[in-house]
Amino acid sequence: MFLAILKRLLMLVPVLIGITLLSFLLLQIMPGDPASRAMGTRASAEELEAMRQLWGLDRPIWVQYLYFLRDCVTGSFGVSIFHKQPIIALVAARLPYTLAIVAYSTVIALAIALPFAIFAAARRGRLADVAIRQVFVVLIAMPPFWLCYVLILFLALGMGWFPTGGVGEGFLANLHRLFLPSLVVGLSTAALIQQSLRAALIDTMQADYIDTARAKGLRGREIFLRHVLPNSLISTISIIGVRVSWIIGGTVVVEKIFSVPGLGSLLIDAIVSRDLPVIRGLTVFFAVMVVIVNLITDICYALADPRVRLE
Amino acid sequence: MSLLSIRDLRTEFQSPSGIARAVDGVSFDVEPGEIFGIVGESGCGKSATCRSILRLFGGAAARIAGGQILLDGVGDLAAMPERQLAQVRGRDAAFIFQDPLTALNPTMKVGKQIAEVILRHRKVGRAEARAAALQLLRDVQVTSPERRLEAYPHELSGGLRQRVVIAMALALRPRLIIADEPTTALDVTVQDQILRLLKERRDSLGTSIILITHDLGVVSQICDRMAVMYAGRLVETGRVREVLDAPSHPYTRALLAALPGQVGRDRALTPIEGAPPSLIAPPPGCRFAPRCAHAVARCTLGDPPPLAPRAGAAPGHLDACILDEVSDAAA
Ligand SMILES: Nc1ncnc2c1ncn2[C@@H]1O[C@H](COP(=O)(O)OP(=O)(O)OP(=O)(O)O)[C@@H](O)[C@H]1O
Ligand code: SF4
Ligand SMILES: [Mg+2]
Repeated sequence: MFLAILKRLLMLVPVLIGITLLSFLLLQIMPGDPASRAMGTRASAEELEAMRQLWGLDRPIWVQYLYFLRDCVTGSFGVSIFHKQPIIALVAARLPYTLAIVAYSTVIALAIALPFAIFAAARRGRLADVAIRQVFVVLIAMPPFWLCYVLILFLALGMGWFPTGGVGEGFLANLHRLFLPSLVVGLSTAALIQQSLRAALIDTMQADYIDTARAKGLRGREIFLRHVLPNSLISTISIIGVRVSWIIGGTVVVEKIFSVPGLGSLLIDAIVSRDLPVIRGLTVFFAVMVVIVNLITDICYALADPRVRLE
Repeated sequence: MSLLSIRDLRTEFQSPSGIARAVDGVSFDVEPGEIFGIVGESGCGKSATCRSILRLFGGAAARIAGGQILLDGVGDLAAMPERQLAQVRGRDAAFIFQDPLTALNPTMKVGKQIAEVILRHRKVGRAEARAAALQLLRDVQVTSPERRLEAYPHELSGGLRQRVVIAMALALRPRLIIADEPTTALDVTVQDQILRLLKERRDSLGTSIILITHDLGVVSQICDRMAVMYAGRLVETGRVREVLDAPSHPYTRALLAALPGQVGRDRALTPIEGAPPSLIAPPPGCRFAPRCAHAVARCTLGDPPPLAPRAGAAPGHLDACILDEVSDAAA
């Protein structure tokens, strides 16, 4: 197991190099000169030239790439033009909020998806099942920004139960303040997990070994908790993993609307202020996170299902 | 008194094209310490009959539509509420499924799966249940049983897995074991070992066994009595020697005639010309009539003929053909 994880980590090296190359090239083919884009139109020619030299923009492209690679390897991911700080420092300050939303929304999603999936599977094909499916389809289709404003309008402004945005001090304050943004992300995630878990439950209920369990004399609840649910959850692990890595990049809009100072807000601000190194660094960082979540998903899968071995 | 008495059992499956009467008026008895074989073409309702006994229909939309399943000292299983039947399952009667590959939970250790049935019915602790599971694995001749307890099903061969399934079935020393083609999924040498295991159990503990099989060789080798099933009904039943040596129903005769040479080991049923009828809308009268070489006009009238003794037949040898005399020529 440990060796397999190590092997997987080593296999990530070429993937990561590919990611850095891609994110570097993507921003390279953006039209316009990065220096003037960063300084705005009022900068003088001398100022622009100084800027280019300072940021190494006067060097050949491959040298620029090597600089970038060096920054990634040393862990700084480059230096922000706007904040004049290593990007890793910016990320470190904001990562906790994004991770909090990722974790919080996943918990919310599971809390919603689990009971509804079980309920729908038990009543498959009947009215309740169909109704639940329709509601969740609508949830998936709903644009997040729209959902944000609806929730702000009703739960924050209307009922006054939650703040309209921002973060607080300490765990409990943030549990309260981050609820709405996490709910927005969590609802569509819940919809996806509910659908796949429902299908997995129905599938598992028809497995032969469920008949075996029944033939032993086990009662419905015992069969469900010991055989049906665990096996169904295992087959939804990968969906949850895919979804979590989606959330990492998917909090951008929500963070902005709820003024959460997370990575998403950082990215939008960087785009607005044309802070190229930050955009590039964040792109790599997001990609690294996704890759790590994938690895964690695979590890969980291998731990939960004895037939699966980590390759 | 019989251990199990099935009377006029009817079991229906709901399907998109209608209601299939998979079991349509089946009656038979199983005596204590007896191995009772059921044979018949695929789809004739053998599994449906056996699954009805413990009401194990998997995900299928099946229900017992009528009849009685009387288990000695327990009552009518067909009329029993689910909660009460759950007490009977595994304790008084156990089931062995056809495919040991899918009959075990892939993510649970084998030892835990065996212990589960013990913990369900006996007031014992985990350690005791584990010790019992270990002994059960020894009983079914699993090599290095301590290690197998900790194994997952996919780590075991097909034969070992079927031994595990049998160990679970034997755990509570039930008086009745229902085995639905327990060896079909296994290779020949393993088949023999598994059958011997079941037979030894009967010999030592007097356990009754209902054995479904496609293999008439197996029936002649280990069964005491047998029934031949066709399109949801029994068409012939009796002691194995009498049914196989002096078959009286045209279907049984056709089955035996379809075998190359003498009935012996490893002879599977070979299909008879034509296909069995639909169980959703079966033909009137005798269901075998469309394929029967002896059929006469009155064969297709009224209800299917009931099982009845024939003049001169051995006691308990019954068949469901209306003809007084079935000539050998056409069979
Ligand atoms: N899951 C199901 N859904 C609908 N109908 C079913 C189902 N299972 C069985 N049936 C019906 O019951 C009939 C008898 O099936 P059964 O499985 O008892 O046959 P069998 O004699 O055990 O055949 P085999 O030798 O192939 O195991 C089938 O022909 C079919 O019409
Ligand atoms: S009743 Fe008629 S059709 Fe049926 S087996 Fe006898 S002869 Fe054949
Ligand atoms: Mg069958």
